[in-house]
Amino acid sequence: MALDQSFVGRAYPPTEPYEVGREKIREFAEAVGDANPAYTDPEAAKDLGHPDVIAPPTFVFAITFKAAGAVIADPQLGLDYSRVVHGDQKFAYTRPVRAGDRLSVTSTIEAIKSMAGNDILDIRGEVHDATGEHVVTAWTKLVARAAEEG
Amino acid sequence: MAAKVSYEEVEVGTELPAASFPVTRATLVQYAGASGDFNPIHWNDKFAKEVGLPDVIAHGMFTMAEAIRVVTDWAGDPAAVVEYGVRFTKPVVVPNDDEGALIEVSAKVAAKLDDNRVRVDLTATSAGQKVLGMSRAVVQLA
Repeated sequence: MALDQSFVGRAYPPTEPYEVGREKIREFAEAVGDANPAYTDPEAAKDLGHPDVIAPPTFVFAITFKAAGAVIADPQLGLDYSRVVHGDQKFAYTRPVRAGDRLSVTSTIEAIKSMAGNDILDIRGEVHDATGEHVVTAWTKLVARAAEEG
Repeated sequence: MAAKVSYEEVEVGTELPAASFPVTRATLVQYAGASGDFNPIHWNDKFAKEVGLPDVIAHGMFTMAEAIRVVTDWAGDPAAVVEYGVRFTKPVVVPNDDEGALIEVSAKVAAKLDDNRVRVDLTATSAGQKVLGMSRAVVQLA
């Protein structure tokens, strides 16, 4: 069933802040096998001009995707999550995420399309820190594959 | 932000050092924990096959994280990446053995932009299949 076009432009309330910890960044960097010292060594990060260790570019997805859960689970929208695959992902950074950040995400439905029975949902997550400064915007395209004829 | 590559020294077509990233079932379990993405298609054979996949597949976001390492290692400061986007075209299939799969990534400068920025186009393949499409990063050089 095609999703309701009137949801385009709908914004969801900002999430409760997520506090970025040094050890969580380390855990993520180790999981992707990335030994860049900017992720684990505060001194190395400072040498690059950062106040604390920074997170790898895709780290923030865990935070924005959790925020997108409000959209995905919105009963009024009625997305069938069991049929959803991740189509595209994009980030645009004002600055890197870093340890000590308290990040809040505002999710907006940017577009809803229907192609060959698939529902395509574009969600934009704007990530701000505790001072209200923009950190990164994440765009996530989800594709809900058409249900099989039954 | 302190990229170690200068805008002046790169041309359209400049290739970044390519790299290969192995991925096993253990890698996927570790990534699931670190990222909080516990979708069973990334660790449960039975479930993956039930939903029509050939086998367990890597998280798309794992592949995305590996591919950009070619750019962050080249630029020196990961903060030099100001934009990064991909399309997930094919899954990285990870068999349940000691070898797993290999993600092979190459990248080259595709355009020189204003303000000492360049666009880098990435190619990521696994088992001969292109696993990312439209994979591009905008990088702030010195």
